[in-house]
Amino acid sequence: MLDLKNLSVTVEKRKIIKNFSYSFKPGKIYVIMGPNGSGKSSLAYSIMGHPSYKISTKSRISLDKKRIDNIAPEKRSGKGIFLSFQSPLSLSGVTVRELLRLASPNRDPLEVRQQTDKYADELKISKELLTRSLNEGASGGEKKKLETLQAAVLDKKIMIFDEIDTGVDVDALRAIATFLRKHKKNKTYILITHYNRILKYLKPDKVLILIDGDLKKVGDKKLASQIEKKGYLKLVS
Amino acid sequence: MAGQVAPTNLDFEYRFGFSMPEKNVFKAKKGISEDIVAMISDMKDEPKWMKEFRLRAYKIFKEKKMPEWGADLSKINFDDIFYFIRPTEAQVNSWEDLPEEIKTTYDKIGVPEAEKKFLAGVSAQYESEVVYESINKELDKQGVIFCDMDTGLKKYPELVKEYFGTLIPAHDNKFAALNSAVWSGGSFVYVPKGVHVNLPLQAYFRINAERFGQFERTLIIAEEGSYVHYIEGCTAPIYTTQSLHSAVVEIFVKKGARVRYTTVQNWSKNIYNLVTKRAKAEDNAVMEWIDCNLGSGVTMKYPSVYLTGKGARGEVLSIAFAGKDQHQDAGAKMLHMAPNTSSRIVSKSISKEGGRTSYRGLVYVHPKAKKSNVYVSCDALILDEESRSDTYPYMKIKQSDTSIQHEATVEKLGEEKLFYLTSRGLSRADAEGLLVNGFIEPITKEIPLEYSVELNRLINLEMIGSVG
Repeated sequence: MLDLKNLSVTVEKRKIIKNFSYSFKPGKIYVIMGPNGSGKSSLAYSIMGHPSYKISTKSRISLDKKRIDNIAPEKRSGKGIFLSFQSPLSLSGVTVRELLRLASPNRDPLEVRQQTDKYADELKISKELLTRSLNEGASGGEKKKLETLQAAVLDKKIMIFDEIDTGVDVDALRAIATFLRKHKKNKTYILITHYNRILKYLKPDKVLILIDGDLKKVGDKKLASQIEKKGYLKLVS
Repeated sequence: MAGQVAPTNLDFEYRFGFSMPEKNVFKAKKGISEDIVAMISDMKDEPKWMKEFRLRAYKIFKEKKMPEWGADLSKINFDDIFYFIRPTEAQVNSWEDLPEEIKTTYDKIGVPEAEKKFLAGVSAQYESEVVYESINKELDKQGVIFCDMDTGLKKYPELVKEYFGTLIPAHDNKFAALNSAVWSGGSFVYVPKGVHVNLPLQAYFRINAERFGQFERTLIIAEEGSYVHYIEGCTAPIYTTQSLHSAVVEIFVKKGARVRYTTVQNWSKNIYNLVTKRAKAEDNAVMEWIDCNLGSGVTMKYPSVYLTGKGARGEVLSIAFAGKDQHQDAGAKMLHMAPNTSSRIVSKSISKEGGRTSYRGLVYVHPKAKKSNVYVSCDALILDEESRSDTYPYMKIKQSDTSIQHEATVEKLGEEKLFYLTSRGLSRADAEGLLVNGFIEPITKEIPLEYSVELNRLINLEMIGSVG
């Protein structure tokens, strides 16, 4: 359903994704792993349409066989893609409730609010965080929970989680991961991660290894534990 | 909670740019002279001292140089302005009794509607004079005075004489002198000892004529332990020629009293808005200026608080928004003259499409003002490469036992934040509006809900079609 074909991406003239091709199927869980700087976040940004990430003319990103690489991020969101950020920025004077209301123009605002509160409860997000400037003064775990909350309320068919498990403590990780498992349903998850710990809760169907912007290897969940034991260098050499 | 309204995707137009046919009962000939000044006083049948005050001020105006700092005022032509227009024969206290053109104007702006909902008193000035006025009967019984300055002078001459021009004398600056010479309209507010006016009083200023100068004069006296919130709003039609708005506002906040003065300035871009505002706060008094400058081509305005009494507190919260062809040179002045006084200045400015904002502030702490507290924070948000923001914060601290905190930030509306919001499905314009509203939220939350909604809406309108 999400097809990347010959995807090459440059940022400020530096090539960071090289001819990446892969098809993500509906309902599956994918894990993308790779050393720091291998292009994992860039891949996520490119799929979402960050304006600084320039794709080559041969590159194609399509969703359900329709090109989306030439449309704005909000349109891509409208077609069913969500990206949870690795380091979400803080937004002064903007609350998550307000953001979710504005991002759901076709839904009853009251219903959005109730759902937000309900999911926040499940994620053990304090009420105070819902009415405060988004991410301002929030801990790592709180930020990732707020990202998860937005993912759930906006409810897109493809959800990309960029290091949702980084900078969170054990309890927060459990809260996030069990929440994601519970609400998975028929959605596609793409998890970008360095660790296996979240994979205890979310069993991947495929593991993709990205090194230096290259898709070096694709395997099943065993590949993830091998990497943890042996490291990337040994694996690809 | 942050911003109360959703950014709406409307095409920007200045909603108040319409003009009505001029049906004045009197219009003085163009330009300014001793004769014009005397004539204004005669037409108003003023006491002799006021006529003399005006004529003295006119001399000062002629002698004073234009300010050599701040915004570019070189295009003002004092001979090409009408200084006095009497819009109606008499003031009314029912909207129905206003001439059709004027009533329609205020209906379009929404003043009568606001009055019904949440105001304790309303005054509406059209050109040079206040055409409509009303005050809640309860307040009237409590001895609260809220009328136009001309009526104030007629009915309470002694009270006016005691205070008028004592805080902002004519020689303060060229535009204060001009106002002192040709002033007309504005508000006179008197709140007796211990009286709390719970709902705001509002004055609405409208310029309709072309090449016109509006010079309202406002005097507020809050006696010991009293409280009042005064709100002013202003709009004008769009003309290709320049008009001038030059007001003087003097406020006396007595012992333990509190005055809040909120301005939502939305003049059209052909207006020069050059205003002098000053308050004097006595022992433990509180003076708060909330100053929102969205409109006008050029604004120069620095609301001041003279903290003359022990424990007095002054606050200026200001928002400046400068779009294409706009320069907002705004700020604040705090003069600490007594011990234990505190001041707080919070300025937020936004510039886009080549607009320019300047924060200009002065904080002075007198040697006598021991244990004073100063807080200054100015944040600028610049939306594109063509726009500009400058900060001129002056501090003169003559007392070492003073606590001072000064923060300043300049940021560009970040591509990363916009990407974050658009990735959640918001359009770029909505995302910009949301970020800008979030930026000014610390100030909008201080404004009555009805106004903050209007303010957010105005800023959203201004945002549509900006960067990208």
